[in-house]
Amino acid sequence: MSDPISKGRFGRHGGQYIPETLMNAVIELEEAYDYYKEDPAFRAELSELLNEYAGRPSRLYYAKRMTEDLGGAKIYLKREDLNHTGAHKINNVLGQALLAKKMGKTRLIAETGAGQHGVATATAAALLGMECVVFMGAEDTRRQALNVYKMRLLGAEVVPVTTGTATLKDAVSEAMREWTSRIRDTHYCLGSVMGPHPFPTIVRDFQAVISQEIKSQLQEKEGRLPDAVLACVGGGSNAIGAFYHFIGDPSVRLIGCEAAGHGIHTAETAATISTGKLGIFHGMKSYFCQDQYGQIAPVWSISAGLDYPGVGPEHAWLHDIGRAEYVAITDEEAVSAFEYLSKLEGIIPAIESSHAVAYARKLVPAMDKDQIVVINISGRGDKDCAAIARYRGEDISE
Amino acid sequence: MSRIQAAFSKGKAFIPFLTCGDPDLETTAAIVRAMAEAGADVIELGIPFSDPTAEGPVIQAADLRALSGGITTDQIFDLVRDLRRDVTVPLVFMTYANVVFSYGTDRFVSTASEVGIDGLILPDVPFEEKEEFAAPCRAHGLDFISLIAPTSEDRVAMIAREAEGFVYCVSSLGVTGTRSQITTDIGHMVRLVKDANPHIPCAVGFGISTPAQAAEMAALSDGAIVGSAIVKLAAQYGRDAARPIKEYVAEMKAAVGKA
Repeated sequence: MSDPISKGRFGRHGGQYIPETLMNAVIELEEAYDYYKEDPAFRAELSELLNEYAGRPSRLYYAKRMTEDLGGAKIYLKREDLNHTGAHKINNVLGQALLAKKMGKTRLIAETGAGQHGVATATAAALLGMECVVFMGAEDTRRQALNVYKMRLLGAEVVPVTTGTATLKDAVSEAMREWTSRIRDTHYCLGSVMGPHPFPTIVRDFQAVISQEIKSQLQEKEGRLPDAVLACVGGGSNAIGAFYHFIGDPSVRLIGCEAAGHGIHTAETAATISTGKLGIFHGMKSYFCQDQYGQIAPVWSISAGLDYPGVGPEHAWLHDIGRAEYVAITDEEAVSAFEYLSKLEGIIPAIESSHAVAYARKLVPAMDKDQIVVINISGRGDKDCAAIARYRGEDISE
Repeated sequence: MSRIQAAFSKGKAFIPFLTCGDPDLETTAAIVRAMAEAGADVIELGIPFSDPTAEGPVIQAADLRALSGGITTDQIFDLVRDLRRDVTVPLVFMTYANVVFSYGTDRFVSTASEVGIDGLILPDVPFEEKEEFAAPCRAHGLDFISLIAPTSEDRVAMIAREAEGFVYCVSSLGVTGTRSQITTDIGHMVRLVKDANPHIPCAVGFGISTPAQAAEMAALSDGAIVGSAIVKLAAQYGRDAARPIKEYVAEMKAAVGKA
């Protein structure tokens, strides 16, 4: 069905469903990326930033107490939470910001949900001397007020988005609208493996460092591949990063953990693969939560970073071909995992990453002691403490 | 020659847009009839979408009003079926890819054709993705209308060569909405189209609200498209919008006719 000239396909998913106004911009981006990704100077500069500035490689930590507690497979945590700015988002942002700079762009725009991608973009803009405007759902600016302050502190302008549900999807729509009105000097620094081609590929490539490191770190520690890799999935950038270098290793189970919100049988859910259907939105064909007439559904998750009605096209494809599994984790399960990892290992995971921790608690006890599970801790949970306290009925101020 | 293309053969065209179901379908029907009586050459019927990424605040708000009133694609098909008892002006659907795709693209296009729609505009479907929609449109006798933008430049010839109905020239960067000035070299865009496809009409949209702007754009092309200015009247007058919109369309049609 799909046209042979359509680019960026993952099976039937992906493509470039965007206004004509943006087509030359994404073509220019693709050409620049194809050039710079092979350019030794660019690669050296990016590696230097990732290592010296962002603190890579991130640790692969053996979670001894959690392993003992669950009594099954051996658990390793990939500590993306230890990166500068506290999440995996910086991997992609440094890559895109450097690319934008090489392209002669002087201004970055971005969407953000929880604020992690916005903070990372504002950070890269400060570092590289670029202007920065971040679009954030008005609802999310209230849920994540501290990150709004951080972005402003870093010199970015934060634009609260009041349209639609005033959350992540509306922030993406508004950033796309802004990009159509100002292209020449502006790069849209998309934060996940979504949107029109080439974004899903570019963001995946910049995040693939996660699985590359896991592979070599585990080889060094255990001399083998893991049996399963777990990661949370909203748009899916940390998950694709953690999966990518294992896609060709069929013995490694790849498990994406979606946000079920109040449950996949309720309307208050953001579990796209469990509850969505094939559609076209935000530049891509993929699975989306929508009604029978294709109107995008309001979604719900306690995690602002997973509160999105779609999923990246490569995940949709990995689901179609059965290479990756996708499971749904409720708010309650995620919050309980947030508390569990904090108490057991002294590591406060982001509420997003807590969805992957929650699934590990179900999966690991049924596995053998000689098996190995890696959980990608995509970010740290400091940003979530006030919201989780409120969820538990404790009213603390930030 | 399609009915849409033929609508340009009587001189410069005026093409008004409105969002279906804003605030209800009875009002939409009255407005469409009023536009036809006032001399509209083609009418664009917007099927509301929850997240219209190419629209400015005015049409976004109209889509929201219509959807919160419970409007559905099936009700809009019924509306067109009813309009076609007396309205003969070419009618074009403007909506977003997901509205068509989720209905089943072939089922959507065949139903649209059956109720009397002449063409389809999808602002989030560029040239590279168009065959998925243009092929079923061809099979059911609908024109799939292509857009060009101020940033299109080297892409215009490719788009124009395969254009059907008319080429929708987006006058400015950004989203829909009224603008005090249009600074793009529209004459240049139209020349690029005509060099590649001398027979395809070009109509200019995005940002036009006054008779003077419409006349200026029509002088440089084959017609003017107006959306947000009409949707503003619909918002202002609600269920009584047919009369002021009729007066507005008549005034705009007269301005375009003098161009």
